[in-house]
Amino acid sequence: MALLEATAITKSFAGVQALRGVSFALRSGEVHALLGENGAGKSTLIKVITGAEKPDSGTLTVDGQLVPHHSPAAARALGIAAVYQQPTLFPDLTVEENIALALERGGMWRRVDWRARRRQARELLDRSGAEVAPERTVGTLSMPEQQLVEIAKAIGAQARILVLDEPTASLTDREVARLFRVIGSLRSEGAGIIYISHRLDEVTVIANRVTVLRDGQTIATRDLRDVDRAELVRLMVGRDIDAIFPKRHVPIGKIALQVNGLGCRAAGIRNITFEVRRGEILGIAGLVGSGRTQLAETLFGLTPADDGAIVLHDDAMRTESPAEAIRMKLGYLPEDRRQHGVVMEMPVAANISLANLEAVSRNGLIDHARERGLAWSYVERLRIKTPSIYTEVGSLSGGNQQKVAVARWLAINPEVLILDEPTQGVDIGSKSEIHQIMVELAEQGMAIVMISSELPEILGMSDRVAVMHGGTIAGILSRTEATQEKILALALGQA
Amino acid sequence: MLQRHRREVSLIVAILVIGAVLAVVAPGFFTFANQRDLMLANMPVLIVALGMVLVILTGQIDISVGSQFAICSVATGVFARMGLPTPLAGAAACLVGALMGGVNGALVAWVRIPSIVVTLATMVALRDGLRWVTQGAWVQGLPPGFQWFGQSQAASELITAGCAAVLAVGMNWGLRNLAAGRVVYATGSSPNAARLVGINPRLVVFAVFVLTGALTGFAAAFNAVRFLQIPSNAGMGLELKVIAAAVVGGVAIAGGRGTIAGTLLGVLLLSMIGPGLTFLGLSAYWERAVEGAIILAAVAMDAVRVRSGIHADIVSAQAA
Repeated sequence: MALLEATAITKSFAGVQALRGVSFALRSGEVHALLGENGAGKSTLIKVITGAEKPDSGTLTVDGQLVPHHSPAAARALGIAAVYQQPTLFPDLTVEENIALALERGGMWRRVDWRARRRQARELLDRSGAEVAPERTVGTLSMPEQQLVEIAKAIGAQARILVLDEPTASLTDREVARLFRVIGSLRSEGAGIIYISHRLDEVTVIANRVTVLRDGQTIATRDLRDVDRAELVRLMVGRDIDAIFPKRHVPIGKIALQVNGLGCRAAGIRNITFEVRRGEILGIAGLVGSGRTQLAETLFGLTPADDGAIVLHDDAMRTESPAEAIRMKLGYLPEDRRQHGVVMEMPVAANISLANLEAVSRNGLIDHARERGLAWSYVERLRIKTPSIYTEVGSLSGGNQQKVAVARWLAINPEVLILDEPTQGVDIGSKSEIHQIMVELAEQGMAIVMISSELPEILGMSDRVAVMHGGTIAGILSRTEATQEKILALALGQA
Repeated sequence: MLQRHRREVSLIVAILVIGAVLAVVAPGFFTFANQRDLMLANMPVLIVALGMVLVILTGQIDISVGSQFAICSVATGVFARMGLPTPLAGAAACLVGALMGGVNGALVAWVRIPSIVVTLATMVALRDGLRWVTQGAWVQGLPPGFQWFGQSQAASELITAGCAAVLAVGMNWGLRNLAAGRVVYATGSSPNAARLVGINPRLVVFAVFVLTGALTGFAAAFNAVRFLQIPSNAGMGLELKVIAAAVVGGVAIAGGRGTIAGTLLGVLLLSMIGPGLTFLGLSAYWERAVEGAIILAAVAMDAVRVRSGIHADIVSAQAA
């Protein structure tokens, strides 16, 4: 008997059919991966299971019992818990208070037993593998630590059905390993785990079965022993992606960017030396916290360097501001698209021209015709799907928002382009298109520095791989030398 | 077009409807004298609103404009009594305003105190500082050439209207067509993204506060010359009128969205309410209540639009 079974669930929002008859069964003691591109209906299905959304039709059973009126409270009573990509904790309360708020029952005016609270919090944190003091304020915790607190909450709620939504998006490999151990022990205690991830490698490691959703329908449920990655991708996109990484060989040209002994105390990086040539894609790998983003921010002048030099156009300098970096034809696509990458309230056209307003204006006066032309050329070139160039970027899909962000930096005609996690949180179709764009840019002679947490992306796209550890470069590998094992060894400081 | 300027269109419709009702019921509302008086009385709101829009667009607020207005009014008179020709006294008042705006702006941009707190403090401090210095006395004994800039009343009023119109049209045009206008929107929508494209968001915030102060000085000077003496308690509640006009005009209070054209329509609509009620024979005590209802309606419209915007997200995400 299935622990949880959803049958023929449909759900529409404002006339858009998000789920059209999805069926899904979770067994006790299994990790069941839920795969699908963005917009396939995964989040809606999860919302139905956790009681956040009521389905239009279809049934939900737990332990064979029909759940008639589902709600978040009913879900909690049934032992359903979810851990989302963005933790939903109270940042100004301590870890133990957060856990207690989720677990303690009783009246508003009861006396709080602080000692019992701390004991319980410590025990749950231990079981979730979090090395976090219960008295710390949640706002001071890192993202992975907050996720582990969420898992501790779920364990405390005696969750039998645990939903993990992209739990590893911000974890280092060591933290992933620890999380997998926790998942393993929960599974052996008979819990059923629904695991959502864009990372196929992880899914093949941790999951027993997999259900693929596409366009709001269940495409297939398979035992993971019976499928390979290529087939999973095919099921997800509904077409063959001939090569997952479209990397092509490009003749490597002159040095475009040379970095000599660069350091910045404020950013926590030191003694960084490397060069990138025209037509080359240099991958930057490393664990979260190894200084990859800090390196990019120092190169771009956000945290100016206090040691070493950056050589651009045979000119040794230290970029003091983003404006200066842009003048030196250096572009930087930041990691956090929503906060830093695009301006959500602005139309597509204004977003694309924003980093190079000089190109579309004369004496500070914007030439709207020229701006439209610029916007259209990039909408076509990057195949940005948007109703019009006046549409606010916030209403586009994640992949298309990312393409707008890329377009903005291409509009400055960069010679060196730094891409920080260019495909994070982007669906597989757009991901492959962004890789394709990178290859085209390299062919046109651009030098690309690509920071990525995804090893397959690093291996698939890079001509050389610089691996960072502890704020400096631990080693640089050529495309032929680079393997997952060698990169990991360098990233962990073991080489 | 209609979609993108929905707020402006609904405001024009509201203004036309109210205007039509008044034209039928109370034709006296549209006499030249009444319209002229209305325009002159609301000129300070209009000019200060031009600056306030920019402040709100960058995600900030300035509730000290009423107090700044009082100080600039008195300053105009004091400079004139010191012997400065009236236009120069007005220019000096603009400088005084810019200086006060600069203090606000510097505290918000570089000391990084929330603007509501900074301007609450300067609102109180400036107002009471002025009361202490003047002991509540009005500025009297102004030189003979001071009132009406030494011109005829009609000429002076024409100058006032002309300057306000040029300012309004110019600022509206500039915000849409100058790169600097784009920078204001970017700063308000996402200071982080703005910083990455080479914009200095703090400088932008500082600049809009300075500009608002200068415009407040400008409005105060033009207002001061209408009278023989200058009250030391001018501009009471001006900040609320100005912010209300911006909100009714569709400027998002969180920044990043809004237009000057919308704000001007907001000023126009709100300015019709009080006199309109009087002409309809209703008690003017209703004025504030009706204004409040209009503000609520405007905010509710925004909320509905944002919610349907979320649905639009889903639609386009599915379509993509």
